Amino acid sequence: MRRYLLSRLAQNLLTFFLFLTVVYILMDAQPGDFGNLYLSDPRLTPQQRQALRANLGLDKPVLERYFIWLGQALRGDFGISFSNYPRLVLDVIAERAPRTIILFLSAVILSYFIGFLAGKILAWKRGGWGEYAATIGGVGLYTIFLPWFALMMVWFWGYTLKLFPIGKFLDPVLWRTAPVNANYVFYRMLITAFIASVVMFIWLLYARRLDPAKRLPASWIGVGVVFLAVIGYWLSTGVGRFAADIFHHLTLPILTLATANFAGTMLLTRNSMLETIREDYIMAARAKGLPEKVIRDKHASRNAMLPVVTAFVLAVAFILDGGVITETIFSWPGMGLTLLNAALVEDIPMVIGALVFTGILALTGHLLADILYAVMDPRIRYS
Amino acid sequence: MAEFSPTVNPPSAPVLETSLWRVRLRLFMRSLRTNFGLFAENPIGLVGIGIILFFLSFTIIHPLLMKYVWDPVMFDPVVGYDMTIPFHPAPPSEVHLLGTDPLGRDVLSQLMWSTRSEFILGLVTALVTVLIATTIGALAAYFGGVLDTLFMRLADIVIMMPYITILIVVSALFDLQLIHLAIILGLLGGLGGTTIIIKSQALTIKVRTYIEAARVAGGGDWHIILNHIIPNLLPLSFLYMMFSVNGAIASEAVLSFFGLLNIRMSWGLMIYTASYSGYLLDFQKWWLIFPASVSISMLCAAFYLVGRALDEIVNPRLRKR
Repeated sequence: MRRYLLSRLAQNLLTFFLFLTVVYILMDAQPGDFGNLYLSDPRLTPQQRQALRANLGLDKPVLERYFIWLGQALRGDFGISFSNYPRLVLDVIAERAPRTIILFLSAVILSYFIGFLAGKILAWKRGGWGEYAATIGGVGLYTIFLPWFALMMVWFWGYTLKLFPIGKFLDPVLWRTAPVNANYVFYRMLITAFIASVVMFIWLLYARRLDPAKRLPASWIGVGVVFLAVIGYWLSTGVGRFAADIFHHLTLPILTLATANFAGTMLLTRNSMLETIREDYIMAARAKGLPEKVIRDKHASRNAMLPVVTAFVLAVAFILDGGVITETIFSWPGMGLTLLNAALVEDIPMVIGALVFTGILALTGHLLADILYAVMDPRIRYS
Repeated sequence: MAEFSPTVNPPSAPVLETSLWRVRLRLFMRSLRTNFGLFAENPIGLVGIGIILFFLSFTIIHPLLMKYVWDPVMFDPVVGYDMTIPFHPAPPSEVHLLGTDPLGRDVLSQLMWSTRSEFILGLVTALVTVLIATTIGALAAYFGGVLDTLFMRLADIVIMMPYITILIVVSALFDLQLIHLAIILGLLGGLGGTTIIIKSQALTIKVRTYIEAARVAGGGDWHIILNHIIPNLLPLSFLYMMFSVNGAIASEAVLSFFGLLNIRMSWGLMIYTASYSGYLLDFQKWWLIFPASVSISMLCAAFYLVGRALDEIVNPRLRKR
């Protein structure tokens, strides 16, 4: 297990360096450089231009520039963002990154959870028009043009039903009189969510060891208690309604991403289940006279889970991509929107910083998913 | 290549009644018929084929319409303008079946004209992907060693890349046209996930007995790869062509939607036009966004459905019993 993890870690580090190299090559291969910025100014003498290039370090050989850039990138120094002048790129990223991570993480967990449940049930009900309808519906959702889908979600939930706000991170009218700033509230929300999920996880682990008859009520009571505790805490802080406002703005993007992504998981789970059902141990379970639900949930679905986890490993980068689109449609000020806006106004330092950060996020996601995979599949641990 | 020596050929070999190519053709037709029978069992594949043919027909109908029915100046998808209507975007009418866009161009004409570039994009991407993936997959599986390690590590890296994000950055730095996009997408697909899948399939083929037989008969490495491994990989390659077409169309649509590509007209660009003219959430003017979005979604879905139906042929374990 340790050897596997170490090799994975080493591989990820290597990948990260290669990624940085690719980013540098992209940056260096673009037509023109910053030394040409004032090229159209006739008052600039050749000597001055030479001095400008020397100041920017553009007269050094490529390899040296690469190592200088690499050193700065590793120290997190991506320069100053043009479009957020005079803020540092790293500063902007530090503000926007948590917003992306929370959006992306909640959507991923929700979509894989729902997708797995749905695929499990779908595989068990083979044949008939219901299956075709579910398959075609699933494929439709899986291949739908995401910006359009997000727009329809905004139109339906935000514009027609007016249940959710149309976009943005918060409601400026409400926040005008706020005693604290948005980041303060948002970081508190993140910490609360983290503590609540850890407590809930430990409780559920504990509840699994209880008597089967008590298991379900015990876990529900635990979840309820944690929810009440979170709500009670926020009511007591006095900024609860601001937190509720951010949460309200967060709901629709998460719903959209989760709905668009769950179909892929559903179809994959179905296929994987269909392969598992043919195994001998399923027949053995049937022969023992176990109820269908137990065969499905305890024997088939746990073994069918592995390809789904593999797909999850591969999907991390793609879901981040979906995040860019969703953030743009919902004007959610995360990394994706920052990157796109910077790309549109050619704010190169910001673009590169955001790209490197997205790369780190994708790599970390992969590493975590790999660890999860090793925990779930003993064959990986011992090979 | 060590060819089998012809000297052992008996001089009085029985003369074949039919020539070899006819036998091969008959075998090919027979396998095609069986496979099509399997394919036709599954209505979802036929639905996919139907949708693809529907869109393919646009590429033929549009030039004909431009020549015989529509006024080529007024209905030009890029520079056309209808002067008889005072206000654009105009709702669907008898002249403009899907209305006009904010710049006074006919939406149906744009929609039909863009179909061709979507198909070209999809085809080029799929060909590049499959060409690279099949070659690398077969070579890596057959030779193993350094070649295998190198390309598989590379594939590991490529699949980790958030590629829409990278394409956004690339299109911000460079002037991207449709064919560049197709080649970049093909490279990303061919060096990434598809290679891994095709290589693992090639590994299972490599250990089959007929490969052993070919080697015993004196077949060289290249002979075995070209005549035995690659032909057996082609069904899977064809399957992944479908999936890469679907990915290519979706990526192009997203990039055009953000206004990052330098192309004349595409479905994504139609939505972008509606978006920058301020009609993005104006669903009363549905003809600005819905035709293009529905086309993108439907064509992607069609290729995906065909891919899934082919999957049940290529991968017999999924077949219904």
